[in-house]
Amino acid sequence: MARKRLDLTFPPQQSLKPVIYHLVKDYDLVPNILRAQIHPAQEGRMVLEVTGNKESYAAGVAFLESQGLTVNEAASDIVLDSEKCVDCGLCTAVCKPDALTLDPEAQTLVFDKDKCVYCEACVIACPRRAITLSF
Amino acid sequence: MAKSWDEINARIASGEAVVFTAEEFAALAADEGLSAAAKRVDVVTTGTFGPMCSSGVVLNFGHSDPPIRMAEIALNDVAAYGGLAAVDTYLGVTEPSRVRGAEYGGAHVIEDLLRGRAVRLRASSPGTDCYPRTEIDTWVTLDDLNQAYFFNPRNAYQNYAVAVNSTDRALYTYLGTLLPRLGNATYCSAGALSPLLNDPTYRTIGVGSRIFVAGAPGYVAWEGTQHNPHTDRDANGVPVRPAGTLAVIADLKQASPDFFSAATIAGYGTSAFVGIGVPIPVLDEDIAATLALTDADLTATIYDYGVQHRSRPALGTVTFEQLRSGEIEVSGKKVPTGPISSLPKARAIAAELKRWILEERFAITQPLQLLPQVGSQSQKPLQIKTGEAI
Repeated sequence: MARKRLDLTFPPQQSLKPVIYHLVKDYDLVPNILRAQIHPAQEGRMVLEVTGNKESYAAGVAFLESQGLTVNEAASDIVLDSEKCVDCGLCTAVCKPDALTLDPEAQTLVFDKDKCVYCEACVIACPRRAITLSF
Repeated sequence: MAKSWDEINARIASGEAVVFTAEEFAALAADEGLSAAAKRVDVVTTGTFGPMCSSGVVLNFGHSDPPIRMAEIALNDVAAYGGLAAVDTYLGVTEPSRVRGAEYGGAHVIEDLLRGRAVRLRASSPGTDCYPRTEIDTWVTLDDLNQAYFFNPRNAYQNYAVAVNSTDRALYTYLGTLLPRLGNATYCSAGALSPLLNDPTYRTIGVGSRIFVAGAPGYVAWEGTQHNPHTDRDANGVPVRPAGTLAVIADLKQASPDFFSAATIAGYGTSAFVGIGVPIPVLDEDIAATLALTDADLTATIYDYGVQHRSRPALGTVTFEQLRSGEIEVSGKKVPTGPISSLPKARAIAAELKRWILEERFAITQPLQLLPQVGSQSQKPLQIKTGEAI
């Protein structure tokens, strides 16, 4: 079993095709959409996590590419620079999935990457610019 | 059991003083009773580390040859005030870069200086007979400057608002990003560690008080701007809304980037986290009672920042213990909370100030002049008038 994060870019003419349905039905993959910005006739972007066996995963990625999508397997990552962070906690106020929280006792910042949906709200909110999106 | 300032200072000088942080003191009072705690402890240290926009530094560059009377001044493209003597300036933390905007401002220049980095100084002048030079372009470090000191007109706010947003769109405020439809609540106070919440009626903190400013020993210089002792207070006499403030002064050359951090607040602008710590003598049981208050005893008022007027509607009060729990209830809705003021840093400041007193025999000073006391003044609004009306 493999679990990978993909960053997909949809060309404008592909934005309404039900490609995710095919990943499930034809390739037996379990997609978990973390973030999507899809509008008719515009370039769209989707960040998703895909779970499945290695062969199905490779075939699924090939299918997405055959549909004209740009597939970035080294999807962007949220990086916390603890040298810059001052534990103010402002990011925790905008983190809806509670990936960024404060330790109940120490009140220091705790980042649980498994809960992150890559919405980037913290990147904008962090007054120290300690949270960045790396590619 | 009253103790005098002189007695406490004598104990500090001889290394016998008993010093606790405000959190430690509250725990001691809970365990052993207020009287015993008041008797045993000489000084309680406090600390806070939040964005404090009314902060900045006075700098003197020294004279070039030929000399210049700097009129237009920029440090790393951030404008500094040119309305002082030839090579003096004031750089405020909220001034944005002309090139990079709010991503780099006065606060970032100060942090760069603190980190020992060279900063580009550019200035121009019309030129005079005594100051013939009209342009200068050079680099300066903190060591190069003759004087460099903080003069912060408003720090260490006594309590602060809890901000929520009732509108349908996100708001970008100095209290952070407020999500629509009461999607979150932000707050900015060190609570039980906050200096002025521990001395709510300004008995021991006044002009001349020796304090911790951004890692340097400094002083309370004056009442802070918008100092407003006349505000709602709880049964302990502690304000439940923003109230007193301090203007502070301290040597930038002795400050530390561990306790001064530049900030860019989304959609608002540049600011700086400033670390302030104040030692409070345990003179008697009255002051001990407020020193022993915990986050469960201290209250802040919730305001709707969706209402864009000076007087925003209050939506109730909450304790700091509730705020720290990560969730409060506003208008019947559960709302997640997030702080802006760093509690780990506030704890580090209170601990560092404790170390100064114990190891470096940092003496405390009785105020030379008290701050405006409760009942003495309130905050006036600004009226919009026309020339004809005057």
